[in-house]
Parts: sequence; structure tokens; C-alpha cells
Amino acid sequence: MVQLTLPQNSKVQKGKHFPAPAGAKRVKTFRIYRYDPEGVENPRWDTYDVDLDAVGPMVLDVLLYIKNNMDPTLAFRRSCREGVCGSCSMNVGGRNTLACTHGWEEVPGKDVQISPLPHMPVVKDLVPDLTMFYAQYSSIEPWLHTTTPEPQTEWRQSPEERELLDGLYECILCACCTTSCPSYWWNGEKYLGPATLLHAYRWIIDSRDEATGERLDALEDPFKLYRCHTIMNCAQVCPKGLNPAKAIAEIKKKLADRVV
Amino acid sequence: MAAYQFIDHKFDVVVVGAGGSGLRAALGCAQAGLKTACISKVFPTRSHTVAAQGGISASLGNMGEDDWRWHMYDTVKGSDWLGDQDAIEYLCRNAPAAVYELEHWGVPFSRTEDGKIYQRAFGGMTRNFGEAPIQRTCAAADRTGHAMLHTMYGQSLAHDTEFFIEYFALDLIMDEGVCRGVTAWKLDDGTLHRFQAQLVILATGGYGRAFFSCTSAHTCTGDGNGMVLRAGLPLQDMEFVQFHPTGIYGAGCLITEGARGEGGYLTNSEGERFMERYAPSVKDLAPRDMVSRAMTIEIREGRGVGPNKDHIFLHLNHLDPAVLAQRLPGISESAKIFAGVDVTKEPIPVLPTVHYNMGGIPTNFYSEVVTRDAGDPDKVVPGLMAVGEAACVSVHGANRLGSNSLIDLVVFGRSAALRAADILKPSATQPELKPQHTEAHLDRFDKFRHANGSISTAALRLEMQRAMQEDAAVFRTGESLASGVKRLQAVHEKRPELKVTDRGLIWNTDLMETLEFDNLIGQAVVTVNGALNRTESRGAHAREDYADRDDENWMKHTLAWFDDTTGKVRLDDRPVHSFTMTNDIAYIPPKARVY
Repeated sequence: MVQLTLPQNSKVQKGKHFPAPAGAKRVKTFRIYRYDPEGVENPRWDTYDVDLDAVGPMVLDVLLYIKNNMDPTLAFRRSCREGVCGSCSMNVGGRNTLACTHGWEEVPGKDVQISPLPHMPVVKDLVPDLTMFYAQYSSIEPWLHTTTPEPQTEWRQSPEERELLDGLYECILCACCTTSCPSYWWNGEKYLGPATLLHAYRWIIDSRDEATGERLDALEDPFKLYRCHTIMNCAQVCPKGLNPAKAIAEIKKKLADRVV
Repeated sequence: MAAYQFIDHKFDVVVVGAGGSGLRAALGCAQAGLKTACISKVFPTRSHTVAAQGGISASLGNMGEDDWRWHMYDTVKGSDWLGDQDAIEYLCRNAPAAVYELEHWGVPFSRTEDGKIYQRAFGGMTRNFGEAPIQRTCAAADRTGHAMLHTMYGQSLAHDTEFFIEYFALDLIMDEGVCRGVTAWKLDDGTLHRFQAQLVILATGGYGRAFFSCTSAHTCTGDGNGMVLRAGLPLQDMEFVQFHPTGIYGAGCLITEGARGEGGYLTNSEGERFMERYAPSVKDLAPRDMVSRAMTIEIREGRGVGPNKDHIFLHLNHLDPAVLAQRLPGISESAKIFAGVDVTKEPIPVLPTVHYNMGGIPTNFYSEVVTRDAGDPDKVVPGLMAVGEAACVSVHGANRLGSNSLIDLVVFGRSAALRAADILKPSATQPELKPQHTEAHLDRFDKFRHANGSISTAALRLEMQRAMQEDAAVFRTGESLASGVKRLQAVHEKRPELKVTDRGLIWNTDLMETLEFDNLIGQAVVTVNGALNRTESRGAHAREDYADRDDENWMKHTLAWFDDTTGKVRLDDRPVHSFTMTNDIAYIPPKARVY
């Protein structure tokens, strides 16, 4: 049965407060989820009053400023800082996004609240455990399947056939979509989720791939694909502007077409 | 000291790093039947290869006639004759097969009308030995690195490689000059691991984060280079740091050279397309070191743009918006997000930005790590290989041509695996490891974990980055470099004063960044020392006090050893190979590098 309140030791407490440095003129409060796996305490909200004149425009700039100047213990994933690696996905102001391409000015409300991707086990602070997400991705066999002998040069693919991959191959596996999906929250172990299904479709629709039938067979069960109820959070939050919901719909259409 | 226990693993091969070269090496070793592990401090698709934009070079000839010999000539000239021509021949000959292999794995390359892989023009790539620009760079829009890395990761799932993800490698296990494995720290539970192997392949990338502004990711800290220095082995050609001409002004994010390949060009405050003066024949598609120097001179002479006259404009607004959308969608988005610019309407503000390290761990073209031992400049270090940006084969010499890195990754990743298959016997017995082999690793780890001085890692790191940015820039002088040497020595000497606040073992990023800083400072020190020592200008190393290339005295690779305890650098050299791999092409003799 779905639990509608958090268990006792998951309830988020009030945490520490870090004031702005003296002389800061423009200040904004950032409320950040903290959890220490090596301690015994509940997770907490630490608040940081940040000098806005000292930081760049993105949420990641603020996190880096906090870590470098106010609290070195704050843990979060980050790498490219330009929106292509997918490391810094987190929930900002109630919305899943990439911290590095999300301006803190865009976040509505007085304080900016930052927490890890929803409904995932938390390793520490803003670092979720994405093992299941990655395992689901592997399960759809994300590599080119061919039986025809390979040509000496490249497989031929027309520009029109290649265009079918646009909107799919650009996915950076940030998990914003999957962890924004209520259906994935409730059935994450069995429902593959938007990102994995988008990738499943990427291989289904690639003209070079010769395992289309098997790929579609693999999705024919009550949970893997069909837990999608077109809630559409995925399309709304994708920081790369992709549309997993549409990819899922295309898979469903292909499955229906097979039967008809 | 607290008693740390190791969890032990035994493999035939351990690859450190899961970017383009690490994945290719791991995959190749697994295919050869070797028990292979791949350790990475980030999930593989987060590796910086994912950010590569423009493309991967190979003489496929899809856009017109091409020949691997022309590619080789361009690469040799691009390297300002510091590249080893046997390795360059190996690279250029094997390039087409490597690209076809990637495509067969499913990389979604952009296509020509007749369904072949699309190739675009890129800096320094010419037909017929410098006659005119050629389209040699195979591209997947401007997300080629992303397309490649994701495809390679998917492919690696189909093979028998065991991944150890979010394990931070600490040090090489060395036993009387032989590498026997590597130790690592598992972030999600804080345990320490000892990986024993017949062979360690370092694929840890570059060290752009030694500088204040770089196109590199935060994770680009050259950890493999740091481990090699601590193992008492040298790094090669570290003074050669590439400044990419078009990093976004301010943010430092990369705008691909492919933008100029598709017809974009640079202008100064007078609206002049100034590259016509500096490189009359190839203009904006001159090699990166030349374009960066040209831009720096324009700004210095007062022709920079913007209110502070401190950057340059890159114009794409004259190009067909349909072409921009099809060929350059990624940078169109980046320019909007980081510069607020609509590339169909306005120019992008850009500045030369640290981007790539030609220097690194010296190897031969089998990817075996070499060192200079007494008279022998090519002595192989048993049990150790290096590939990718971490290695210095050297195929890029004093300057790398754009799109030659992605091909370097897969060609030498494969060569490492082929060599491993040749020299290793699967499941061969390995000698027992003793505690003394790893005592220093644990000491270092524990020392930093409990550092209780007065300077935060962030502050000391910033001090290092500012010194590098100011003293080892596009143009260097004896004075700036001497200043750099002193400043970085001071940073190194302040290490005992570091303060680490987080004392935990699980996902302690304060500690991880400190270990990364410790890797960076050694690399920074050898970079400025090598630069001060090299009294000539060659490729990306431009000395205002020694403006010419001096083949007589300096046609050689710099080797630098670093003593971590004393902070002292020992410099030596090894010869540039003056021979090719086969008789199919003669050694290309040095000439003046003009375009």
C-alpha cells in the first residue's frame, strides 16, 4: 500500500543556519536538504544566506559558492557545468532540473529550496542512489543489434532516417524525467520509466537496428511500458527539451500496429 | 592511524577511467578474453568525453577524395613537429576503421544525401599536403562526443567488463618499478579497495582544472598523472597546454571549432575578419594555437570587443538557420543559456580558454608507459599503460588539431587492448601483494582526511588556479614563468596547512576535492617548470622572449619528475621519433609552420 507520510526517521528536521558574510547587499536564502549517512540523525534543511553579488547566475554556481566559502561538507554531483553530462540533476523549487543550466532567479518564491531527485534512496545530501535507474537502462540492451553481415564501411542511413533519432539520441540520462513520474514513484521496480523507454524507442526507430521485433516483445508486459498513464511530468521537466511521453506513445502505437 | 582494511580484487587488467579511451580499452581487453575491470570516479557517461562537440577525424573520403597520408601531414604540421611520426602514422592509418567500428556499434552520425557519414571542415585539416581545407571531421551534429560515449557505454554493457562506478582511484601499486595494481576508495560506502592486476591502463583524462578558466569539467583533475608522479615516474611535454579559441566569454563553456568549420568567423572591434591577416590561406580554420594567439594579440592591441574591450566576436548569424539547427544545435543552445545570444541574430562573445593538455604520461604507440632510464629513453614500465588525453604518445606534439582527440581515444584505446592481448596470459598467477606496497596510499589518504590546518581546499586551489591562469597563459615570458614557478611552489608548501572539514568516509566530496587538488598541484608545478625551461616557441607554448622555433636545441620531448616531499622538479628529455612506422610514408622533415 502507498505510504502517504514519511517514516519517523526520514522526516526532515530543521537544520543549521549559515548567515551571509558581513557587508552583503543582496541576499537570498537557499534551503538545502542534508543527510549524513554516517550519523544517526534525521535528514534536515540547512539554510544558507547567499551573497548574490558573489555568485554566477546558475543554481550550481550557488552550490559551488556555498561549498567553497560557507560549508565544505555539502555533497552533490557535478561535472561539466554546461548541461551535457547529466550529473547535477536535482529538485530545485519543487521541480527536477539540472542545477548548472537553471538560473536561481527563475525559481519562484522567496527562498530557493533544493533537494535530491524525488523518491530515490539518498546516499548523502543531494546525492541519490541511481543504481536501479542504470540497471533499467541496461535491461533494454542499448546497443545496435544486427544480423546482416557488417559492411566494410558504414551502414547506410538516409538523412530522413537519421532525423528520426533527433529528440532521442540527445538524452543525457540525468533522470529528471523518470524521477518526476508519479507512476515511477509507485512502481519504480517494475515500470521502466520515461528515460529508459525513450532509449528503447531510440533503438526501435534506428533504421540500422534489426531487433525491432524482439525489442517490442520485451516491452509487452503489464508494467514495463504500460504503467505510463500520460501524466506528462517527464516532457515538462526534461532539461534538454526532449519528449519522453511522445516516445512512449510511439512505442505503444507500434505495439498496437503489430496486433492489428 | 585508524586501521583501514582493503577489500581485494584480482583482475588481468584494470582500466582507470571510463571516458572514450577507457571504455574502448576495457571493451577490447574483455573481447580478448582478459578478466577486465573498469574503475571510474563518475558514472561512465558523465566523463568529459561526453562534452566533445565538433567531431572525430578520419580520411573516409565521403565528401571528396582523402588520404591517410594527408591526415598524417596535417597532424605532423599541426604538432609543430613535436609529434612522433610513427605514432601519427599509426593514428591516421587506423582512423577510418575506428570510425566504421563506432558506426557499426550504432553511433548516430549525421549523414550525407547518399547515406554516408557526414564530414565537416576543421582547423588545420587540408587536402593534398596543405593545398586547401578538406572536410575530414566525422560529426554527429555538434554532439559527437555525447553520441560516441553513450554508444560506447551501451556497447560495453554487451561485453564482459566489470564496472566499479564512483570509485576514486588513489595510487598505483608499484613493486620495484613494476605496476601491480591500483587502490581506490568507494564513495557510496567509504570502503577502500585494492585492485591487483597484471596491467593497469590509465585513462584519466586531462587536468584543465589547474587553471582558473577552462572548458573542462570540474572532474578534469588529471588523477592518473598525479598517481604517475607519486610513483616516481615522469610526465612528458606538460608545458604544452591548448587554449581553444572559442570558449564562451565569462562561463568558459566550449563553442566547437565546427562552428567555424560550417562557415563561422571571428571579428574584432573594427568588424574585421582578422584571421585573414594571420593565416591567409586557411583563415579562421588555422590550428587552435595560432587562432588563440591572434585573438590575444588583437585584444592586446586594443581591438577587443565589449565594454572592457576584452574579448572577440564569433559570427554565425550569416549562416542559414536551417544549417545551424541541423549541424550546430548544441552550441546554439549553449550560447543562449550562457551568453544570452540568439546565434541566428547576434555574434557570440568568445575568448581563448584552456581546453586540452597535449602533455601527459609518456607512452609508445602500443600505449605502454615509457620512461627514461639511464641511456634508454624508451624503457617500458611493466604493468602500466596510458591512453587518451592522459597519455602523451605523442600524436599531438606541441599542438593538437581539432577532432584528433576523439580519434586518438578509440585508436589507442584499441591499441592498448591489442597489446594487452599479446603480452598477457589470461588468469596468469600474480605475486602476492604486501602491506608495504600500499602503506603510503593509506598514509596519504588518512593525512588528508584529517587535515586540520587553516586554509580550505577551495582557497588553496584558487591560489594555484590564479597563478596558472596569469603566469602560464597563451603568451608566456621568462618573468611570468619564473613568477609562476615561485607562486606554485608556495602553494605546494602550504599543503600542510590545508583544512578538510568533512571527516566522513561516505561521499566525502571535501576529501575528494582535496585529493584531486593534491593531484593537480604536482601537474601545475611540472607544467610551469617545463615551460620556463623550454626557451623556444613551439605550438601552443609561445614565449615572447624566445619567439622562434628552435629545432636544433629543442626538437625533443620534455620529461619532468616531481618529488612530492621536497617539491623539487627534475627535468630531462627524450628524443622525438624521427622515423615513421612503415615505408609507406617517408619521415616528414620540419619546415616553417605557416598556413
